[in-house]
Amino acid sequence: MKIGVLALQGAFREHRKLFEDLGAETTLVKLPEHLEGLNGLVIPGGESTTIGKLLREYNLLQPVQSLGQEGFPILGTCAGMIVLAKQILGAPEPHLGLMDITVDRNSFGRQRESFETDLDIPVIGSELFPAVFIRAPHVQKVGEGVTVLARYNDRVVAAREDNLVAFSFHPELTGDHRLHRYFLDIVEQA
Amino acid sequence: MAKTGTDIVKRGMAEMQKGGVIMDVVTPEQAKIAEAAGAVAVMALERVPSDIRAAGGVARMADPTIVEEVMKAVSIPVMAKCRIGHIVEARVLESMGVDYIDESEVLTPADDKFHINKKSFTVPFVCGCRDLGEALRRIAEGASMIRTKGEPGTGNIIEAVKHQRMVAAQIRRVQGMSEDELVAESKAIGAPYELLLEVHNKGALPVVNFAAGGIATPADAALMMELGSDGVFVGSGIFKSESPEKFARAIVQATTHYQDYALIAELSKGLGTPMKGIELSTLAENERMATRGW
Repeated sequence: MKIGVLALQGAFREHRKLFEDLGAETTLVKLPEHLEGLNGLVIPGGESTTIGKLLREYNLLQPVQSLGQEGFPILGTCAGMIVLAKQILGAPEPHLGLMDITVDRNSFGRQRESFETDLDIPVIGSELFPAVFIRAPHVQKVGEGVTVLARYNDRVVAAREDNLVAFSFHPELTGDHRLHRYFLDIVEQA
Repeated sequence: MAKTGTDIVKRGMAEMQKGGVIMDVVTPEQAKIAEAAGAVAVMALERVPSDIRAAGGVARMADPTIVEEVMKAVSIPVMAKCRIGHIVEARVLESMGVDYIDESEVLTPADDKFHINKKSFTVPFVCGCRDLGEALRRIAEGASMIRTKGEPGTGNIIEAVKHQRMVAAQIRRVQGMSEDELVAESKAIGAPYELLLEVHNKGALPVVNFAAGGIATPADAALMMELGSDGVFVGSGIFKSESPEKFARAIVQATTHYQDYALIAELSKGLGTPMKGIELSTLAENERMATRGW
């Protein structure tokens, strides 16, 4: 199984390490030709404006959109969630626009309000998950086909629509592999 | 229970900046240009380093109005500089909601012995270093991100290269040492033992390391990435060039694709004149900023 990690900017090395710990093969994606032969793709945390801009500059936007529309598994964390969303509050247009969610950027405040907490995510078991929120977005509205995976203070912070998965926080920053395992299971079934 | 200002939250913020370019700006308009070019953050200043050099006198924290205007103008993180050891400038910036503070040698130091105890802040700090000892002293004080100093405002990459190579070589050396040798090494380079042990075990700094001080072209940015930097700060290099938009965009792309040399060639075509720059041998010892910091 081969997972591509979008490596335009952000925490791509951390995602790579967690997937390799779980026995998956990984490759960095910087150009459209790097998408060949992948079973899944991760859009890491970083700056969504920067990642969105570089996706366009290097003609990655359209090929990733086509993959996503065909049911190809994509995981987005923090900035990755914003890049996946169909609607971004206050922004004229979305980036990939694949997942039927409306996201609110920096919705918990600036960096000084960034935080860590233990989150209840039933699909990975009853043990709480250490979640790090950094200038994080939240999902303000979900479409019909979207399943909410977790909430924090009544805000949706984890969601899934078919093979698209998005988290507001950064599972790549903690040593907990359960959410990466969860995504690999989706990739295996796809 | 939500916890703010923890190590993972502060260091994690810097992790998200990796592979990116942080640009110095002095107006909201420049901040918008930087954001549109793909900068991962902007550093809000009253003057860029080359103008600080030209102006002389004491360089202090920027007027909060400028910082506020920049914060309003963009959605990417905003950083700002305080003087080395100036606790109150740092508290003022924190109270304004700045996303990262640079305790910077570009400004005139306020304390000739001590840096700020950065652990007591919720906002994360970045600090400059010339070698591993200096990097680990700053991390011991609570810096969540390190940048090699280079020589700010010169447009000359030589000092940035020197500092990056120095840190990388010292990390390799420490990694190869036996644990018996670490206490003596800790004394020799002035680095806290526990952090040195962490470097020995991990073979890397415990926090993200960017390059700064002298980056003036896309190839300069790519060079620092090639040498192992996690990202770059560009100070005077963008808005002192002939066409800031083009330079900003080209430097961002060269940082992402730093090993795609044909692409860097394309990006470098017709950019116009970069900032003029200063040959280091013409700088007097007391005009060097990199030597500030203890």
